[in-house]
Amino acid sequence: MTTTATGNVPPPAGAGEAGGTGGTGKSGPGARRSARRRPRLPGRLGRGALPYLFLLPALVLELLIHLTPMVVGVVMSFRELTRLYIHNWGEAPWSGLDNYRVAVDFDGPLGESLLHSFLVTCLFTVVSVGLSWLLGTAAAVLMQDRFRGRGLLRALFLTPYALPVYAAVITWAFVLQRDNGMLNHIVHDQLGLTDQPPFWLIGDNAFFSLVVISVWRNWPFAFLILTAALQNIPREVYEAAQIDGAGVWQQIRRITLPSVRPVNQVLVLVLFLWTFNDFNVPYLLFGKAAPDSADLISVHIYDSSFGTWNFGYGSAMSVLLLLFLLLVTAVYLVFTSRGRRAEDG
Amino acid sequence: MADTARATGRARRSPTAPPPSFVWTRRVVLTLLSLFAAAPIYVMLSSSLKPLRDVTGEFHWLPSGLTIRPYIDIWHTIPLAHYFVNSLIVAGCATLLSVAVAIFAAYAVSRYRFRGRRVFTVTVLSTQMFPGILFLLPLFLLFVNIGNTTGVALYGSRGGLILTYLTFSLPFSIWMLVGYFDSIPRGLDEAALIDGCGPAGALFRVVVPAAVPGIVAVAVYAFMTAWGEVLFASVMTNKTTRTLAVGLQGYATQTEVYWNQLMAASLVVSVPVVAGFLLLQRFLVAGLTAGSVK
Amino acid sequence: MRRTRRALAVAVTAALAAVAATGCGGGSTDAGSNDEPDKLTYWASNQGTSIENDEEVLKPVLDAFTEETGIEVDLEVIPWDSLLDRILTATASGEGPDVLNIGNTWSASLQATGALLQFDEETFARIGGADRFVPSALAATGAEGQDPAAVPLYSLAYALYYNKQMFADAGIETPPTTWEELVEDGQRLTGGDTYGLAVEGASIPENTHHAFVFGQQHGADFFDAEGNATFDTPEAAEAIKQYIDFLAADGIVAPGNAEYAQNQSLADFAGGKAAMLLWQAAGTALEHQGMDPDAYGIAPVPFQADPPEGGRQVNSMVAGINLAVFQNTDNLDGALDFVTYLTSDEVQVELNGAYGSIPPVLAAQDAPEFATEERAVLRQTLADSAAPLPQVPAEDQFETLVGTAMADLFADAASGNEVTLDSVRQRLHEAQQQVTG
Repeated sequence: MTTTATGNVPPPAGAGEAGGTGGTGKSGPGARRSARRRPRLPGRLGRGALPYLFLLPALVLELLIHLTPMVVGVVMSFRELTRLYIHNWGEAPWSGLDNYRVAVDFDGPLGESLLHSFLVTCLFTVVSVGLSWLLGTAAAVLMQDRFRGRGLLRALFLTPYALPVYAAVITWAFVLQRDNGMLNHIVHDQLGLTDQPPFWLIGDNAFFSLVVISVWRNWPFAFLILTAALQNIPREVYEAAQIDGAGVWQQIRRITLPSVRPVNQVLVLVLFLWTFNDFNVPYLLFGKAAPDSADLISVHIYDSSFGTWNFGYGSAMSVLLLLFLLLVTAVYLVFTSRGRRAEDG
Repeated sequence: MADTARATGRARRSPTAPPPSFVWTRRVVLTLLSLFAAAPIYVMLSSSLKPLRDVTGEFHWLPSGLTIRPYIDIWHTIPLAHYFVNSLIVAGCATLLSVAVAIFAAYAVSRYRFRGRRVFTVTVLSTQMFPGILFLLPLFLLFVNIGNTTGVALYGSRGGLILTYLTFSLPFSIWMLVGYFDSIPRGLDEAALIDGCGPAGALFRVVVPAAVPGIVAVAVYAFMTAWGEVLFASVMTNKTTRTLAVGLQGYATQTEVYWNQLMAASLVVSVPVVAGFLLLQRFLVAGLTAGSVK
Repeated sequence: MRRTRRALAVAVTAALAAVAATGCGGGSTDAGSNDEPDKLTYWASNQGTSIENDEEVLKPVLDAFTEETGIEVDLEVIPWDSLLDRILTATASGEGPDVLNIGNTWSASLQATGALLQFDEETFARIGGADRFVPSALAATGAEGQDPAAVPLYSLAYALYYNKQMFADAGIETPPTTWEELVEDGQRLTGGDTYGLAVEGASIPENTHHAFVFGQQHGADFFDAEGNATFDTPEAAEAIKQYIDFLAADGIVAPGNAEYAQNQSLADFAGGKAAMLLWQAAGTALEHQGMDPDAYGIAPVPFQADPPEGGRQVNSMVAGINLAVFQNTDNLDGALDFVTYLTSDEVQVELNGAYGSIPPVLAAQDAPEFATEERAVLRQTLADSAAPLPQVPAEDQFETLVGTAMADLFADAASGNEVTLDSVRQRLHEAQQQVTG
């Protein structure tokens, strides 16, 4: 997906297209090119079991922890795995696509609540990723030049990201209490913006609380990645622009922002996947009773599985979620890559 | 994938002073961001120094009296030290193993062309997308089953948790290290191979030393992942193996929530990761620059 | 070429999964055995003021058992947050404790999984007979007509706790005996920062417990005779509206209570911010909060002044903790010995004494520990006017769905939205729709 080589190093392989000609393994374009310039790798190295040996631990772990359980989860989704069978789930009857049918029957109550949860999650993800990206970009761009206190400020900005999620959410839950929280102390007691202190953990406002916490935790990641990316822009580019008479704002618009586009492609995707799948923040904040307005899909599925003990249905919803994420990712990558190729071309 | 030119020097926009509009924007935006970032941290810090009656009543910016009592009490209210040690063992081992496994895998992907290479990378990366909830119960059942057939107790043990966490951080780690290794000229390790080092020798004498920033970055990421995980820890641990992520719930007891101790404990358990992260952020930026950011 | 490789990878994965899938199913149907007669694992629920407090209370009791029988007991006190998840994973995997505590409202749900040992006549005889237990407590150990899946361990009931000083200041001489009086008194007690009553508005279990009592008084059962959910009957809506109205219409509950789920109402009562509290055995917790036992009085939970048709004279659920045995235990004899021991008169007196609960074992109730004012009210309630929550497999859904609906209604009310009979019924209807299985 995103592991291809870049820049001025020899590409290790044409993104996996190589090696199709059999087991020699040294026939890729990279190998041919390096063969021209320097003594070729001893033949036996590229061949045979060695790379597989190196990969073995990772492969075994992925199979054990990720892939096998996931396939088991998919199997579960085709069974009627309710309370009655959980104790001996090998005996649970096969139910074909029944669980899926219930999930996508948006006129039925379960499908309707799943759809609601899905839409809430989409909205939450878009707002949260958008804001995180915006704040991260703004801070990275504004802090590109040295100034006094920059190091300190950077440390402060990164701290929310480094905090363990439970420590962060516990603190926010404390801040967001209606009667004794800091937020209402500011909003209601000190600024007098509201007649009544608003609720932040129940009702419709819970959605905003979720967004704020999510942005608070994630924007530093965007900031970190973009800070790294900005360091890759050669100074000469700016110097040349300056000679052309471009001011700071123009430099930002014409040089800085365009040159971090490839980074944004990955960054936005990563943020999207994290945010969409986020379980910790809503679970730690609301426990098992998330308000309707903040009923994120991961907690929704958790409630179905562990709350009502219907693991067949829970797994079916998880599989649908996974398919959706795969689809979005694929479309996103095709779309953004094509866009960029067109530009580059 | 991308084509950004390699950095030829520290990027600096302009050697001349920026215009006032820029300076003012910077001041305003960064001040607001600082307040946003710092407010909860301030609450955490100040509440941890307040007596209990201050934190169960109305919020005040300043404590009625400073006390370090919560920092003493946290160790007695729950076996915090025990959970701390568990978390250290689990996160530490998961990090070491994850880095080791990722180094080998990334080396193979970066330096060899072999059948299934693309399948491997795509599969591993797509596991990042798996909703944890989908494989929580299956993984638990798998561990129990392995325990029943082989006698290796993974369920409820630190070992099971270590295996789980190390795999969680693996995809990102491999991805980042592949990028980093790709940026190290192949000539270096090929020369080492010619000098008679084996492939492992080339990896450890040449590639790994040159990739230290990337490896540190990956280690920090793996440690943070393991230190902060909640969902699997809550189901897979018992009283002897419970980690901080679950144990901290203990301050909210049947009768009351010890907010001041909760804040003090949150602060104490955050210090190792935050300090480590901030000290090593230089490497993180370097690792990201050379590695995944392309 | 790539296609074949991918196919291969898929095949390998599928094969592994199949191995795992078939393997996992087995093993959990094992009947109990006595393969490990020297060890027992015991999961206790959190009954004391904290996990550590529970360990302190239980340790000497368990040590005495070990001394008596030579069986080591590995104790784990599990917080309520994770107890059900842990039981669930134990049920699914067969890897769990030998003996465990369950909330008695879960009895029928857990019974339906078939993972718990059934207490038939023979098993009951083995532990001293079913007639040792209080009948109302025994009624909360599983579905009617089936052998119980557990035995009662601690019994609790709701009572009305009231602040004597605040009552005196408001010129109220006796605690209310009807809801109408409670509202009236509550309004006299409300003023400034203090309120008449504190509720745990976002707590799902507390909400459902009150829903049950108000339902009983209005003649709503929430389940029909076949065990199917009937959450949205007019009676149910009336019942729940009456409870929500304490905040929504009567104004005797502080709006902030709508987000309480961590026992803040207990703290409010102890701190004098609320004059009344409906709670199960609050004594130890209030003492822990620094409230002098002389500062509050205890009375039975009120009834309707004018009971609607079909309403029952019920003012509390039979609350409590049951003791269950996993049927695949490796130490069946030891587990039953342990159950016998924990339900013996002396241990019942000791543990219930420490936790402020009432022994469900009749003979233990006569001990002097249970002669206090609080215990007298609880005992009387349990004996005369408490009923168990519906013992049907879908009971857990009643808790989750109705409890959540009530939390939402509290949130509505507290944010200033009107709560009408229609809006309550709509919420309950939505809850009803979500019932599965």
